[in-house]
Amino acid sequence: MVEQAVLEVAYQVVGGDFSQAGDGASRLKRVLQQIGLAPALSRRIAVAAYEAELNIVIHAYSGVLKAKVSPVKVEVWAEDQGPGIPDVELAMKEGYSTAPDHVRALGFGAGMGLPNMRRNADELEIKTVLGEGTIVYMCFANRA
Amino acid sequence: MNLKAMVEALDLRVVCGEEHLSRDVSGGYVSDMLSDVLAHAALDCIWVTRQSHRNVIAVASLLGLAAVVLVNCPEPSPELVSKAQAENVVLLYSTVSAFELVGGMYALGIRGCRRA
Ligand SMILES: Nc1ncnc2c1ncn2[C@@H]1O[C@H](COP(=O)(O)OP(=O)(O)O)[C@@H](O)[C@H]1O
Ligand SMILES: [Mg+2]
Repeated sequence: MVEQAVLEVAYQVVGGDFSQAGDGASRLKRVLQQIGLAPALSRRIAVAAYEAELNIVIHAYSGVLKAKVSPVKVEVWAEDQGPGIPDVELAMKEGYSTAPDHVRALGFGAGMGLPNMRRNADELEIKTVLGEGTIVYMCFANRA
Repeated sequence: MNLKAMVEALDLRVVCGEEHLSRDVSGGYVSDMLSDVLAHAALDCIWVTRQSHRNVIAVASLLGLAAVVLVNCPEPSPELVSKAQAENVVLLYSTVSAFELVGGMYALGIRGCRRA
């Protein structure tokens, strides 16, 4: 069965730049709303994508937030060049964070980003290579 | 209760978003950690925080919050206000402390919001 992608988008993400942080997720949400995705689903995707984008800003050097929308699902990838995650199981624990103090002062670094992604996405997969980077893949069922 | 009634009852300053004050408030959430708000704040709720940088506006917009109330913090910067205007986020400012503010909201019948 051929599954037609109706839409693909990609937004660059710059590590350490909090002035643009979250713009990718905001633009993605706007696109999802424009194509008429259910508001509750758009919101879940936007929250998960925001957390993934912010992890690139906070923890990596640079990356890209990508999304692909088909009639049956929405897939999101957050790919970065960065340090990688040494212990993914530990990183997934609510409250675990290595964010530095100046980042915490802005209200980031609650250690809830990955748990928020897991809660909102129907599928979450993390591929990471130490010293190279991380790919977070999320899939959301599109039940119209 | 809508934003306009709350603004009047609690003597809040409307920094921007005057045109959206007819919006109803579904509940309230208080936090200075953005991921905490992303996890718990429901649609149309009001968010009380002392964080006053532009990422607050992005979070409020993503979540579809009724308004952000800045409390215990310096005056909002022009940059923050223009970001809020661009994203259609209602920005309010309280001169009383967070404790007084939330107590006032509770007395008006606003309750803590449930996870969306
Ligand atoms: N893209 C990434 N690159 C490197 N480390 C990451 C990345 N994403 C998450 N981490 C690690 O996992 C931890 C937990 O992530 P998260 O749950 O989003 O919490 P927070 O971002 O608030 O620290 C981070 O503190 C960091 O150590
Ligand atoms: Mg995070």
